[in-house]
Amino acid sequence: MKRLDWFANPTRFLKLARAVQPWAGWVALAAGVSGLYFALFASPADYQQGESVRIMYVHVPSAWMALFCYTALAAASAVALIWKHPLADLAGKATAPIGAAFTFLALVTGSLWGKPMWGTWWVWDARLTSVLVLLFLYFGYIALNGAFDDPTRGARASAVLALVGFINVPIIKFSVDWWNTLHQPASIIRAGGPAVHSSMLVPLLLMALAFKAYYVWILIIRLRAEIAAGKLRAARLKDAARSGA
Amino acid sequence: MIGAFASWAEFAAMGSYGAFVWGSFGIAATVLAGVWLQSARALKQAEAALAELDDRARNRP
Repeated sequence: MKRLDWFANPTRFLKLARAVQPWAGWVALAAGVSGLYFALFASPADYQQGESVRIMYVHVPSAWMALFCYTALAAASAVALIWKHPLADLAGKATAPIGAAFTFLALVTGSLWGKPMWGTWWVWDARLTSVLVLLFLYFGYIALNGAFDDPTRGARASAVLALVGFINVPIIKFSVDWWNTLHQPASIIRAGGPAVHSSMLVPLLLMALAFKAYYVWILIIRLRAEIAAGKLRAARLKDAARSGA
Repeated sequence: MIGAFASWAEFAAMGSYGAFVWGSFGIAATVLAGVWLQSARALKQAEAALAELDDRARNRP
């Protein structure tokens, strides 16, 4: 745990975070602009889905990030509960809104893709329903985290919720194999390698990189804000104690 | 040919799926920009409040 301890020091972390933040932002922008160029403009239409296949380049990376962020949230919650690292609590709190945004985008873009391709905005099947549950897990985490006057109690309660809710992540991943669903099975992360041509794989991976870098970028901004808010809270408590004395 | 399209008009129309394709990317851009602005504003406010508190502590007699 020595290595984790080293990172858990907020001062050292802030130094590292300030150095990484602009790089993450620029990578997100560069990958996003080139990804959009291929996704919307240069890549071919699908022989079955026509131009609507372009929705994939925003839908699939959003869905990947929805699961990635929840996994990060559960990992941060485990570290916070077991080793009580103060930064782990803040990392979870900073991740939840980003994950909720990506989950919302996966659902909305999926709906916008489903209408022309499946003929319906929504079906209550295993994949769609389990992703909707994921969105509510994020909302529950955020609400519970902020529900206590004492932030450490909120952090602990919401971390337990995040860990219990993690069972939903493998359910989402394998829902398309376990149940009959309108949603297609995995075509990138599967045994036998990706089943997508490179002309479509390149924009997909560029957009995925852009979203991943965006996550790192926003996570650092939110973590810095949380650390500053924590210092502010401590300073105000000290002030109040002084003026009371 | 421009990109994968025969004309700019076809690019805009997205093979009659324009509303769905542009809608998807538009909502994604709006939400991601919104999360960024909200996060940056929270950081700015917290750091400004912290700086003010520091100033006051330094000027205390």
